[in-house]
Amino acid sequence: MKNRVQKLMLAIALWLGVMSSVAAFNVETWKTSNGVNVLFVETHDLPIVDVRFTFKAGSSRDGKQYGISRLVNALLVEGTGDSTAEDIALTFESAGAQMSHNSLRDMAWTSLRSLSDPKMLAKTADMFARVTALPSFPKDAIERDRQSMLIGLANRTQQISKVTEDAFFNHVYSDHAYQVGSHGTETTLKDITQDDLKQFHSTYYVGNNANLALVGDLTLTQARQYADQLTQFLKPGRGAPVVAKPKLDMQGKTIRVPFKTTQSHIIQGMPVLTRKDPDYFALYVGNHILGGSGFSSRLMQEIRENRGLVYSVYSFFAPMESHGPFEMALQTSNKQVEEASQLLQQMLEEFIQKGPTDEELEHAQKNITGSFPLKIDSNKKIVDYLSLMGFYDLPLDYLDKFNSNVLAVSNEDIKDAFQRRVKPEQMIRIIVGESS
Amino acid sequence: MIKKFLLGLAWLLVLPVDAATVEKTLDNGLKIIVREDHRAPVVVSQVWYRIGSSYENDGITGVSHVLEHMMFKGTKSLKPGEFSEIIAANGGRENAFTSKHYTAYFQRIASDRLEICLKLEADRMRNVIFLAEEFRKEVAVVREERRSRVDNRPKSRLFEQFYATAFLTSPQRIPTIGWMDDLENLQMQDAADWYKLWYAPNNATLVIVGDVDSEQVFELAEKYFGAIKPSLIERPKPRAEIEQQGERRISLYGQTSSPYLLMGYKTPVLRDFKGDVKDIYALDVLSGILDGGNSARVARKMLRGEEIAVEAGTSYDAFNRLPGLFLFAGTPNKDIDPSVLEKAFKDEIKDLQENLVNNQELERVKAQVIAAKVFDQDSMYNMAMQIGMLDSVGHDWSLVDKYVDYIRGITAEDIMRVANKFFDNNQLTVATLWPEKEVQEK
Repeated sequence: MKNRVQKLMLAIALWLGVMSSVAAFNVETWKTSNGVNVLFVETHDLPIVDVRFTFKAGSSRDGKQYGISRLVNALLVEGTGDSTAEDIALTFESAGAQMSHNSLRDMAWTSLRSLSDPKMLAKTADMFARVTALPSFPKDAIERDRQSMLIGLANRTQQISKVTEDAFFNHVYSDHAYQVGSHGTETTLKDITQDDLKQFHSTYYVGNNANLALVGDLTLTQARQYADQLTQFLKPGRGAPVVAKPKLDMQGKTIRVPFKTTQSHIIQGMPVLTRKDPDYFALYVGNHILGGSGFSSRLMQEIRENRGLVYSVYSFFAPMESHGPFEMALQTSNKQVEEASQLLQQMLEEFIQKGPTDEELEHAQKNITGSFPLKIDSNKKIVDYLSLMGFYDLPLDYLDKFNSNVLAVSNEDIKDAFQRRVKPEQMIRIIVGESS
Repeated sequence: MIKKFLLGLAWLLVLPVDAATVEKTLDNGLKIIVREDHRAPVVVSQVWYRIGSSYENDGITGVSHVLEHMMFKGTKSLKPGEFSEIIAANGGRENAFTSKHYTAYFQRIASDRLEICLKLEADRMRNVIFLAEEFRKEVAVVREERRSRVDNRPKSRLFEQFYATAFLTSPQRIPTIGWMDDLENLQMQDAADWYKLWYAPNNATLVIVGDVDSEQVFELAEKYFGAIKPSLIERPKPRAEIEQQGERRISLYGQTSSPYLLMGYKTPVLRDFKGDVKDIYALDVLSGILDGGNSARVARKMLRGEEIAVEAGTSYDAFNRLPGLFLFAGTPNKDIDPSVLEKAFKDEIKDLQENLVNNQELERVKAQVIAAKVFDQDSMYNMAMQIGMLDSVGHDWSLVDKYVDYIRGITAEDIMRVANKFFDNNQLTVATLWPEKEVQEK
């Protein structure tokens, strides 16, 4: 354990002002012969091994076949070779291992958490490799999972939070790869064939389009063997092309969606941030002050604590492969919609115009840098970071430099970045509820 | 008194050698449980009060939760919100939660900042001030919370009314967030009285998990909490549930495109259980046989197989403070009536009553339980949660570690026995959510 703790101690020293450039943890990286980029962190405190494959195979790759990425991902565990869904599940579950998989707009993944006992690992590794690389797409399972997605879609139209989110993406990303989420659409889901699914899988679930994060109770030699075993069935293939830029200079507007409810949902925002954006830290720290830090954020202080208008109000930048959204959101009783939404708008404009105070900036920097050790205090969180770093091709010292990057942000940087990048007049505002 | 947990032999294989939990009780009755975990220089600090909605009476439902909100609204020495500011400035993350049986306040923070948390928590154990304006706003916030969590979610409304139907006299029927009408009529004095009645060192447990030295934690706790006088805490009246003498059914119409089925059989919990505790653990394993993953019976037969549901599952909480329900729930597949799903669940029960589960299934559940206990240790927060929950409902925290041994001892015969003993249709409550007609016609 000792190594990781010492390194963390140094990371904390950094926060306390003792500047030094040490690693939060040691990341070993290599490429497998079929092109998979592997990131590994060795830690022996617990007898656990975590692995996660990430592929550029989210719904931004759906083309016009909305929903195909999710359907492919759902079907991975429905059959491989002669193994049925039950065989697959039993292989993992009888070893106590936990396998999960999902897909979002950018990313699709499969992950596995096992005990590090070599016998347990051996039991599950081969099946995990097959499930990821060699799904059989059985026809009865395609129909079943398609049906399940269609029912899920119908239910989305009845859930106010989903209606709001879907309307937001629909307008902000009109005609862009992020417009429809991984849940797809009814008409396109109905038309997807087994060949389409196989085609999508063989294009995107390939070595050169994959990252593998590996954390836990393995030596480097063991990790290399394990990675080889996990990746053995992946064809090299090609990396996915980059996601095209969304339209960034839209005319802002307000869209009201009628919905039977006592409490309306509001989201407003626009596309802003990519993962490797030079303004990332200025916008991140700025948003922490505006609406990203829970009780201490301006939005929470004013709209909840001072006025009692909401239970929840927040803002965030969601950096993605292409320009992910900046969103401000709240939920409030129908009769308070106008008051709350005007306040949201005013507070954003004021923040853009004046930026944060010195005191707010210092407070935010203390909070962010001081909580750094909490970001990486479990194997699970380290896997999350490795996956993020691998998938978005972030530098290996991303975490090591995180605190100094946060501390380097000035008031002026924040004001400047917000003024250039966040444009209230270009924002789409969605209000879902019973209009007053 | 310090009790050191001795590792069971089976655990030597999987537990890191330094995982030890120790306990001490101060003279004023505050219990302190510390689990050292030195993997990272962080700590989870939680103060648990043995108070929640199951202690509440009609008319003031939701008061425990409103009080939880007021705990951030200032003390004799701190302005409203200042608690949170101090924690944030020290790089901490904090929040609180209320349930039927406990209310807890927590911080996650660099371990050298633990003292700040303890000082602040000791202060608000006794010194909270109630300001009319803060109370008015905060109850409005809680009503918005209720709209978000319950009123806008038909399934949540179904659960709320389902519990109020299954339990007529037991306080299990009370929703933690409170009925809206009670929230609209709650007075500040109700919250202030509740605070005076229940917030005391002898009704609280401090749970600390992380990179700390347990002796130092005990010293710090003594320093900040030691001077607080205990209160006279009266154990709540039992308010036992009257015997159910027949099946109960309700329907609820809401904004949904699929129906949803919820079934619950009255079942005992470990606490105050008069029979063989094996029954309780057997119910837990039984739930794993039905719903412990994608290879379990519900997924195999109902989601795949007959394809009558798009999602379905079971749940059982052995460690509740009061007897509860063994739940079956699911969304029927397109054009499948909820009654078909209900019958399928009942067929599964019948199968368990008549046939022994096979060894492979039993071993699968045990392997999952054993591995899950190892995985749990990866999260200090989860460890603290498990310890705090067990302690707050009246169990020894060491059950966290001993649980696996009980599960290992469960046999196929045990499962058949409890399936026959507890799944009695006279003890059943069924609630169905139906799509609203006008929504359907749109």
